[in-house]
Amino acid sequence: MALLEILRYPDPRLKQESDSVENFDDSLRTIIADLEETMRAGPGGVGIAAPQTGHFIRVVIVDVSSKPKIEQHGRMVMVNPEIISYDGFAKGREGCMSVPDYTGNVIRAENIEVEYFDEFGEKRSVKSSGFEARAIQHELDHLEGLLFLDRLVSRRSDLFKRKVYK
Amino acid sequence: MTHWYILSVVGKDRPGIVSHVTSALYEGGCNLGEASMIRLGDSFTIMMMVRHDGTVKSLQYLLATVADSMGLHVHIDKLDGHLHRHVEPDVQITVYGADRPGIVAHVTGALAEAGLNIVNLDSDVGGSEDQPIYIMHIDGVAGEGIVALQSALDVVIKEGVEAKLTPIETMIG
Repeated sequence: MALLEILRYPDPRLKQESDSVENFDDSLRTIIADLEETMRAGPGGVGIAAPQTGHFIRVVIVDVSSKPKIEQHGRMVMVNPEIISYDGFAKGREGCMSVPDYTGNVIRAENIEVEYFDEFGEKRSVKSSGFEARAIQHELDHLEGLLFLDRLVSRRSDLFKRKVYK
Repeated sequence: MTHWYILSVVGKDRPGIVSHVTSALYEGGCNLGEASMIRLGDSFTIMMMVRHDGTVKSLQYLLATVADSMGLHVHIDKLDGHLHRHVEPDVQITVYGADRPGIVAHVTGALAEAGLNIVNLDSDVGGSEDQPIYIMHIDGVAGEGIVALQSALDVVIKEGVEAKLTPIETMIG
């Protein structure tokens, strides 16, 4: 096991798309173990995507179980994940290990359903809501080369849209 | 010596204020940091961190022409601070009600006593001229916990404003 170096924006590699995983072998599981160690060493440490560490494969880990009193599914290793349904939306504050010293508001789907493979190639699906669903969407964005910076919403104007009714 | 300054600019709103002010600073070799710029009433206001290799006087001098031609009031304070000193808010409070004198003083007084440190406050007056409503949105740090703030807010609510507190759980991924 090893701590991996986290790529930091403006490293252009964070903006590239990652490739699907073809082989569920030991080398994949070694990367996943290193990823998990790196995630848990980070601030917050509730999620990580492989491309944040220079492995451009479609793998993310999410584990929000450290947060009290929220709906969650514990540790999830998601290989080749796909969000198959979205429902509702909510604004929440996000930061990123690849974007230190900045947080901002992002709109995410409130409820999602995700299909993915675990690290052994077993097909799985999960229905997730709220904070955990936000973490999953944030990590899956990394696989497309997207950062939360690509989805920032204004601090002011999303709250009270002032309209003049005549 | 290079220093950070806080530059405040106020003037009657018109297109081009930001571009003219920042061009003058750029051409004068300054570097910009965190900023808040907004139209208030008919005025446009800028509060901005500026790094400048010189004194308050020399910074004023850089802006003299643009201030004069665009009718801007400029104020500069030397700043004993730096970038990368963000404080992460952990609570969000929204307050609204029929506009009347004292809402901000009353609400923020109660919250300050309960440990709130304000990081960001936006407020606005909407509604109509004869029935204005006041809307305030605060991000802050709950120094003595969320429960203390909620109790303070409950008192304020009883006195007739709508107020909602939401903890901010920042997701770092």
